[in-house]
Amino acid sequence: MTDTAAPGRSLWATALLRLRRNRAAMASLVILALIACLAIFGPRLAPHGYAEVYPEFVKVAPSLRPYPQEDQVIPAAERALKRARVELGEITIDNGTVRIPLTSPREIDPRLARYLDRSDVFTEARIVDLSPDGKSAVAEARVQQLYFLMGTDANGRDLLSRILISLRISLTIGLLATAVALTIGVVYGATAGFLGGRIDNLMMRVVDILYSLPFVFFVILLVVFFGRNVVLMFIAVGAVEWLDMARIVRGQTLSLRRREFVQAAEAMGVSGGAIIRRHIIPNTLGTVIIYMTLLIPKVILLESFLSFLGLGVQEPLTSLGVLIAEGAKNMRNAPYMLIYPAATMTVLLFALNFLGDGLRDALDPKDR
Amino acid sequence: MLIYALRRLLGAIPTLFIIVTAAFFMMRLAPGGPFDQERTLEATVMANLNATFGLDKPLWQQYAIYLGNLFQGDMGPSFIYRDKRVHEILAEGLPVSVQLGASALLLAFVLGTALGTVAALRQNSRVDYAVIAVATFGITVPNFVVAPVLSLVFAVMLGWLPAQGWGDWRQMILPVIALALPQVAVIARLIRGAMIEALRSDHVRTARAYGLPARMVVAKHALRAAILPAISYLGPAAAALLTGSIVVEQVFNLPGIGRYFVQGALNRDYTLVMGTVVIVAVFVVVFNLLVDLAYALLDPRVRYD
Amino acid sequence: MTDPVLEIDNLRVRFDTPDGTVDAVRGVSLTVAPGETVAVVGESGSGKSQVMMAAMGLLAANGKASGSVRYRGEEILNLPPDRLNRIRGRKITMIFQEPMTSLDPLYTIEDQLAEPLRVHGGLSPRAARARALELLDLVQIPDPARRLRAYPHELSGGQRQRVMIAMALANDPDLLIADEPTTALDVTIQAEILRLLAELQARLGMSILFITHDLGIVRAFADRVYVMRAGLVEEQGPTRRIFEAPEKPYTRMLLDAEPEGEKPPVAADAPVLLQGAGLRVTFGKPPGFLRRDTRFTAVKGIDLTLRQGQTIGVVGESGSGKSTLGRALLQLLPAEGRVVYLGQEIAGLDRAAMRPHRKGLQMVFQDPYGSLSPRMTVTEIITEGLLVHEPGLSRRDRAERAAQALTDVGLDASMRNRFPHEFSGGQRQRIAIARAVVLRPRVIVLDEPTSALDRSVQKQVIDLLRRLQAEHALSYIFISHDLAVVRAMADYVMVMKDGAVVEQGPTRAIFEAPGAEYTRALMRAAFDLGDLLTG
Repeated sequence: MTDTAAPGRSLWATALLRLRRNRAAMASLVILALIACLAIFGPRLAPHGYAEVYPEFVKVAPSLRPYPQEDQVIPAAERALKRARVELGEITIDNGTVRIPLTSPREIDPRLARYLDRSDVFTEARIVDLSPDGKSAVAEARVQQLYFLMGTDANGRDLLSRILISLRISLTIGLLATAVALTIGVVYGATAGFLGGRIDNLMMRVVDILYSLPFVFFVILLVVFFGRNVVLMFIAVGAVEWLDMARIVRGQTLSLRRREFVQAAEAMGVSGGAIIRRHIIPNTLGTVIIYMTLLIPKVILLESFLSFLGLGVQEPLTSLGVLIAEGAKNMRNAPYMLIYPAATMTVLLFALNFLGDGLRDALDPKDR
Repeated sequence: MLIYALRRLLGAIPTLFIIVTAAFFMMRLAPGGPFDQERTLEATVMANLNATFGLDKPLWQQYAIYLGNLFQGDMGPSFIYRDKRVHEILAEGLPVSVQLGASALLLAFVLGTALGTVAALRQNSRVDYAVIAVATFGITVPNFVVAPVLSLVFAVMLGWLPAQGWGDWRQMILPVIALALPQVAVIARLIRGAMIEALRSDHVRTARAYGLPARMVVAKHALRAAILPAISYLGPAAAALLTGSIVVEQVFNLPGIGRYFVQGALNRDYTLVMGTVVIVAVFVVVFNLLVDLAYALLDPRVRYD
Repeated sequence: MTDPVLEIDNLRVRFDTPDGTVDAVRGVSLTVAPGETVAVVGESGSGKSQVMMAAMGLLAANGKASGSVRYRGEEILNLPPDRLNRIRGRKITMIFQEPMTSLDPLYTIEDQLAEPLRVHGGLSPRAARARALELLDLVQIPDPARRLRAYPHELSGGQRQRVMIAMALANDPDLLIADEPTTALDVTIQAEILRLLAELQARLGMSILFITHDLGIVRAFADRVYVMRAGLVEEQGPTRRIFEAPEKPYTRMLLDAEPEGEKPPVAADAPVLLQGAGLRVTFGKPPGFLRRDTRFTAVKGIDLTLRQGQTIGVVGESGSGKSTLGRALLQLLPAEGRVVYLGQEIAGLDRAAMRPHRKGLQMVFQDPYGSLSPRMTVTEIITEGLLVHEPGLSRRDRAERAAQALTDVGLDASMRNRFPHEFSGGQRQRIAIARAVVLRPRVIVLDEPTSALDRSVQKQVIDLLRRLQAEHALSYIFISHDLAVVRAMADYVMVMKDGAVVEQGPTRAIFEAPGAEYTRALMRAAFDLGDLLTG
């Protein structure tokens, strides 16, 4: 109880102040902003396309130094020129350029430089110092400078680029599916709660029945049988997750309807619509926001779970669940393929959960 | 009490019926059939196959036949494992899944209750923060991350435990931990919250005011009240374990029914998928009923109407 | 003078909260002699309960106590629990305010009664059971053998408080601390419990330390009084001296807070505003397949006539249906019967048809915390009704009307842009009244408008309601369980019990010569507590 004359401050402003004091939540907010930026701009800034395949660099370990690393250049050159049917002399590397002396019983075709170009390791290959008889020459090529900060996957794709694109997919699905769940849940729950009586009974009976279904199994069925596409993922995931939302909103609406300030508005003759607009919605908003922030990680999790089972997004697109599943398959010889996506997933989910918890603490009316 | 149990059981029947019906028609409405992959089949062979499995009859007739057989405990032939009936296949996988799930549930309940109680009794101490950290980790990190990472660390890197397979108790350790961890976390958090609330409640204050020894106050009055929400969480926990076991069975290569479900779905093995859905649904419904009855036994305030 | 049983010396209690430290008790000293009854009286937030919690080692985890608490000369403040437990529950016992939650809902009465007996007295289960039965008999619970096997939720509030008293007496204590033991009970039950305590004290000779906000109980019950305010003892002395010659202005203010005056009846030919006939409200569902009949009639056919300028007091205990009646009159819940407002039938009208009538029929609710929308400013709350009933008003006109209404209810108009949570309980109730008054209604249904407020605040709200009635020619339906308030406010009284009117008539007639036995019991419990306890 305060009798003191403090300046008018709404519950929202108070909540914001409290949220600011919560260090874990604020740190999460910063991390999430960073992740969002990575998801939006990352794929464009990444050094490699997420679908670009480097057959020469399958499952190479993460490194801060560029690929190819020194000991790989000579074997790569030998591999590249194997089909050219020429004898190779001593290969030297100098300042990013490789020099390969070639000899051949027959005349050397200058076009064999293409063999080198075709490899991921070399560019700008050309034949220089072709001897007059054409039977010996030196092939010169620039050695590529490819960075794979997080290594490459089993197909030779840059893991960093794939993690960036998967973040984009995960966040998009998280937001859209949450929006689907939220819309269905809020409308359904508010309708049931506000109408009350027999309609409410019937509507909630439906929710109860749906609740008792092994729903993840149904999502899997849905996804398998109707084909795998991203739109269906939204619908499937949203269709599962709206149940909680509907229950929560209905409960809130029902208890708000019993609150005396709603009765007071009714006693003043305020219309049903205005009561919903002015009294019900603003007071459920806190709960809905809290629940939304907790729903996003759930939805991302469900999508990743489906993807992990191979039922989610399709190649060449990817999602964190797919990456983790591939990592699990390859963890014996390429543990980083599991570690990086798993760590990314963990950071993302931690940040979302901490923010959600922080919001709940800040908005929780129990403190009042 | 008996009437209550009976009524709940009756109430479960329409639910199961809806599940079976929905699953049946959803699968049949989807494009593609079980024999699509065998493209080399001639039209006559295909027609023969369809006739053997009854796929040439009208849909409603197939549905009626399926229901009739199901009623007699027959789940029909598997389309892919052609020499076996679905219930035979599932009978092989079920013990594995049940053993796995029951161990995980037990572990989750015992460990979760212990951690939650300790944390609540030492609220805001280091022990409390450690438990909160573990709980947050367990809730946040899904078991499709935990399972492979556990396998990576303890089987591949350290070599302490086998990475795959079923039969030996040592092979159970990692799958059970991976499956139980999220539930340990949820239960620990639930118990901690309920315990803190219980310790502040009026009736615990009464017990303290009457000079009862601290151990008695905690064990008899606070914990008994705090454990109730954990009991009612066991229903959702079991459902979550079922979902989790799909992942765990895949990662650790265990012959449970979760694997049959995914394989069946991918192969469009209608009857096999239907069988898993029916079993899972029965399991969830019955388990929820048992949980509710247990709750009613533990809390004298519950009324049976 | 004999050695005191309990001696509290310069006790301080401080709480660490997220918003800083709060000094709940700031140096309180008091003593209780053997066989004496001492009352600690104070309004909410005065720290009276925290004194006892600190003495018994029951403070919340964020509370710290300093000073001294001695039981028969032995220091007990901040003792470790195992040493404190030799005294706590054995020599000093407590009963609490909330009989609904103070017993463990998961154990039978026998279980809970036997616990302290077995722990402190070392009784065998069989002996404990026999003693428990004896104790239930002592606190006059009917059919004690059956009650032993019952769970707390199967008992009424009064019975539960009797069980608590039985528990408190189990080990023949020297001192019984009673923390607002009757506040949550209806007045008639309250009188019974107090009489039981007085009888038991006379028989067993223990001291009683009684914490309460209710001066009526203090006067009837206590030998000595400590008046607490804001964590300090404001005044102390023998009960008679405090009541007859209070020294401090605060004590005097508390004593004066008892509502006074009465309302003259309106002329017999004053115009009728609102009339109800055969009002009947039923909740619940009829029986169905495997389902019990849950129907319950809350209001059983009531007639009522409200004239211009009149205040009808509707009196009854919890569950008597008085609030339901008020809501049914305003068409806020479905009811059978007729309601005529200004000569027009309004029963059964739908929302839209009812709307024009709502301007003249307003309501003020009991809970000043629940009846204001937490996310709206005071201006928004007050002007909401104007939007509906006087849509022609400009924004500026509305703000002006709101400011006027605020001034009318004694609030500073500069507070109009604040949110409800920034106000105290009394201020919020004023805002709620302003919201009703701004529409210039003719009838206001007041549903326990003062029950959630401290006595001193209650008096101010009553004065405000009286002034508004005189200024605006309002008619009230005043619903309350508090006979003193009704006597001061209403000129006509209806006494309700179990959904029916037991007795009705002009206030003075009813209060001077109650006809029904139930009315007499209510009045004895409310006004003659002293006689009730001694005789």
